[in-house]
Amino acid sequence: AAFAGGADDDVLVINGEIEMTTKADAPAHLDGALDQVISGWHFRADETQQLETDDFENQGMIFVDQAIDQWNTAAGSEGKSCADCHGAPEDNMAMVTATYPKYDSDAGELQTVQMQMNECRTERMGADPWKYDSGAAVNMEALIASVGRGTPVQVAIDGDAAPYYEQGKEMYYTRYGQLELSCANCHEENFGNYIRADHLSQGQINGFPTYRLKNAKLNGVQSRFKGCIRDTRAETFSPGSDEFVALELYVKSRGNGLSVEGPSVRN
Amino acid sequence: AGVAHAESHSGAVAPEDVQYGETGAVATSLSGMPGDAANGQVVFSTKSMGNCVSCHAVAQLTDVPFQGEVGPELTWSGESRSEEELRGIVANAKMSFDGTVMPAFYKTNGYIRPGNGYTGKAAEGDLPPILTAQQVEDVVAFLLTLKEQ
Ligand code: HEC
Ligand code: HEC
Ligand code: HEC
Repeated sequence: AAFAGGADDDVLVINGEIEMTTKADAPAHLDGALDQVISGWHFRADETQQLETDDFENQGMIFVDQAIDQWNTAAGSEGKSCADCHGAPEDNMAMVTATYPKYDSDAGELQTVQMQMNECRTERMGADPWKYDSGAAVNMEALIASVGRGTPVQVAIDGDAAPYYEQGKEMYYTRYGQLELSCANCHEENFGNYIRADHLSQGQINGFPTYRLKNAKLNGVQSRFKGCIRDTRAETFSPGSDEFVALELYVKSRGNGLSVEGPSVRN
Repeated sequence: AGVAHAESHSGAVAPEDVQYGETGAVATSLSGMPGDAANGQVVFSTKSMGNCVSCHAVAQLTDVPFQGEVGPELTWSGESRSEEELRGIVANAKMSFDGTVMPAFYKTNGYIRPGNGYTGKAAEGDLPPILTAQQVEDVVAFLLTLKEQ
């Protein structure tokens, strides 16, 4: 392409202390499709990047604060809060975002963090499940991500997770919609290029939930998938669908080795 | 619906009847009419129409901000490509460039989960092509004006 910009060489350190791995050798299972995996942070403008370096500037942290209140508040017929069972998030949730989606053998399914939280709400708290990618769910997901920042993404793709991985991979390379574009067409073949005003990244999800300047709230992974597929003039899938759960595992695995970065700031 | 109407009269070639040559070129006008370059420029730059500018830069379009770079720059298309080649590329670039990222603009079927425009909902019935036969001709006419000044 004409003036390919590519990823910049900036270094991300959060709050002057958490050193982030925003570029890493591609995991072996990508089989040469990419040499290096790169966080979406590298494709944003300097001003946007800057906002993520300090929790006082990162507006996503306002929603994390709301989730902390929720964490400590009892809900449902059992009168329990998340804190009653899990204590402080920083003590017990630091590995969650790096390892989810994860196969849960009791539930007999691959679970995203949101599905696991709803399992706790419905089966242990007697509370209603949160609607997929609703504000309360995404905010809590961001709290859990925030305490894991800096940890390398390391989702398992073998064993019981394998069929989900395969399903997600198949979707990643499917050319959906009237524009016949796959995730790979944009995020593997064209990252670094501009598609109109947008600088294409690798579409990594290590930074989710993302605070977007565009809508001034936290955004869930699967809502982002929904938007990208819709933009190919396709019938999209819904957040929480089996398809998007599988795709989330696959896309997350493409970022194995990158630091958990949520809540990140994007435009 | 407007599309079906526009195609129903005159000598337009239906999307499924377009004859592509061996290298993907199309010899004659899809609408049976000459193209209008001024209208082609609008189709090229408008999101709800061709939206070509999201992937291609054109130096002559000085007032169109944020031109894309997924496809090659088209500033010299009028010199480097023939009308027949350009028609084939715009109608269905997959016939010229195997597996290309560029969408097919004059095609109606073979899609996976076709949607109703950018709504994210399923398409109802057969989709009209993204561009009408005349819009393809208009874009081709516009591309033919692109030469180093
Ligand atoms: C009554 C106890 C209880 C409450 C209340 C509870 N949980 Fe859990 N939670 C558990 C148990 C037990 C597990 C392990 C079950 C499993 O792995 O399937 C768990 C697992 C989790 C995990 C996965 C941890 C890991 O390391 O894999 C997350 C995330 C989680 N809970 C979030 C929440 C949130 C958010 C809330 C409040 C909205 C909550 N939980 C409320 C008991 C509870
Ligand atoms: C037509 C091009 C196109 C297609 C096809 C596409 N995307 Fe995107 N996607 C974009 C653009 C543009 C952005 C915004 C810039 C960026 O972050 O890359 C984006 C952003 C993203 C992001 C946010 C990255 C971040 O760091 O915030 C994710 C995740 C993503 N896409 C995943 C996908 C997946 C998965 C698919 C396939 C189901 C897909 N995209 C298909 C164009 C596309
Ligand atoms: C999603 C991206 C995308 C869109 C939208 C797009 N193109 Fe393309 N186009 C490409 C790519 C990529 C190529 C390079 C062909 C290849 O080798 O795959 C290309 C090639 C071309 C060429 C041939 C250039 C040359 O001389 O080699 C022309 C002409 C062209 N496009 C015109 C258009 C027009 C007109 C439109 C809109 C009606 C359009 N394109 C929309 C991506 C796109």
